Amino acid sequence: MKEQEGPGGPPKPKRAGFGGRPASSSSSSEESGEDGGEPQEPAEELLADDATIDLVADRAKAGVDEVLAELDRELVGLLPVKQRISEIAALLLVDRARRRFGLESERPNLHMSFTGSPGTGKTTVAMRMASLLHRLGYLRRGHLVAVTRDDLVGQYVGHTAPKTKDVVKRAMGGLLFIDEAYYLYRPENERDYGQESIEILLQVMENDRDDLVVVLAGYADRMDVFFKSNPGMSSRVGHHLDFPEYDVKELLDISGLILAKQNFRLDPEAEPVLRDYLTRRREQPRFANARSVRNALERARLRQARRLVTAEGDVSKDDLVTLIADDFLGSRVFDGEPDDESDTDAAGRPAEESAEEPVKESAGG
Amino acid sequence: MRITQGQFSYLPELTDEEISAQVQYALDREWPLSIEYTDDPHPRNTYWEMHDLPMFDLKDAAGVVKEINEARKQHPEHYIRVNAYDATLSRQTVAMSYIVQRPSEEPGFRLERTEDSNRQIRYTTHAYVTDVPTGQRYKQNQQ
Repeated sequence: MKEQEGPGGPPKPKRAGFGGRPASSSSSSEESGEDGGEPQEPAEELLADDATIDLVADRAKAGVDEVLAELDRELVGLLPVKQRISEIAALLLVDRARRRFGLESERPNLHMSFTGSPGTGKTTVAMRMASLLHRLGYLRRGHLVAVTRDDLVGQYVGHTAPKTKDVVKRAMGGLLFIDEAYYLYRPENERDYGQESIEILLQVMENDRDDLVVVLAGYADRMDVFFKSNPGMSSRVGHHLDFPEYDVKELLDISGLILAKQNFRLDPEAEPVLRDYLTRRREQPRFANARSVRNALERARLRQARRLVTAEGDVSKDDLVTLIADDFLGSRVFDGEPDDESDTDAAGRPAEESAEEPVKESAGG
Repeated sequence: MRITQGQFSYLPELTDEEISAQVQYALDREWPLSIEYTDDPHPRNTYWEMHDLPMFDLKDAAGVVKEINEARKQHPEHYIRVNAYDATLSRQTVAMSYIVQRPSEEPGFRLERTEDSNRQIRYTTHAYVTDVPTGQRYKQNQQ
């Protein structure tokens, strides 16, 4: 295996296979063959043909069930996604079992694309996915590196490749999550550096499959365009997961989870109001599913705080943790107007314009 | 003559797995790694050329090993070493440094004697390869 010559060996030591150099002597070729073999689980010996494996025990040992149960508990809805994830987990388990019988099969392609509306839990699922794959022994570290176009694409010629490679190196052994991946490809600008980044990613997705898993995420329609214009990318992605929109009941469940986590509770009277709120809000533009729910609850807390501060008399613990119907009825959604979320947009725009003006002036003068 | 400098230099050459394990050791301690190369084997040659930028925030050795292989491809007949820098306050120095590639043929050094005042003799070492301009050294090894 290793070289036998110590420092006091022959004056011209043979460093076969060292330095990744193509070996010149015949002895080194078998050595590199041994070195290049699978380093994982060398001690585990192959099972006999008539042996059996207890997959359930195997499953328990890997802690797969914990991750899946956690997923079930903390993520409302998303049935197709959950089903796909448990399928992937099953596949990896079976694959592991097969390997113990010495049945060689190619490592499954685990690159994924997550498509869905904003706030449907793409990032959260990606994080769970990283720890799931880590427990199954597919990722060595199981960390998540979340990036967007900014982190991958450079600003001038020759800037993109090092930037993308740096990100890839950081993600080695874990999961590379590219949010809003469709921004990488800008068809309107043919000299856009995004293309260069895509090419490097394609290469990495092919060559370093053992070291990292790439997850591309984005809104469904734009990702469709992205995949259409980059067929190589689409074919290298093994699993296309679509995140469905939440219905009102699921949104209510989500708000229940968020409130429980923050030690709040809903007044019984507030529940139908919140349901009504979510039904109306869902129809409005810029609805971001779980994120909108969280924002709505944040604003309800604001109103609750104002109510408690302005009210006369002492405040009990019960008052502090309860959100009542009035806290939600104060929202503009009930006036038929868009909610505060769009309000900030409207406020943001004039500010942006005023910031641009001096630039225009200086450019003119 | 086999150059010995840095860690592990009196051991047999590290295999790729051993290098990877050493890299992981550094990464587990959050020491960023960098790769350097040179074709001047003199022991006092401390500042080697950088291969690419130091690598920060890595979690897994695979990224570094990939870069080491890249460096080997670009400089097949150079010395290549891996440095791990410990940025902890009060240490702030290179914590690990070891050679991961050397030229296939190392000609070694000659001893030079210069006569100083009062017939004093001063000694210095001179690497044979440095007679050739940098960039052309070790060329004779490349077939």
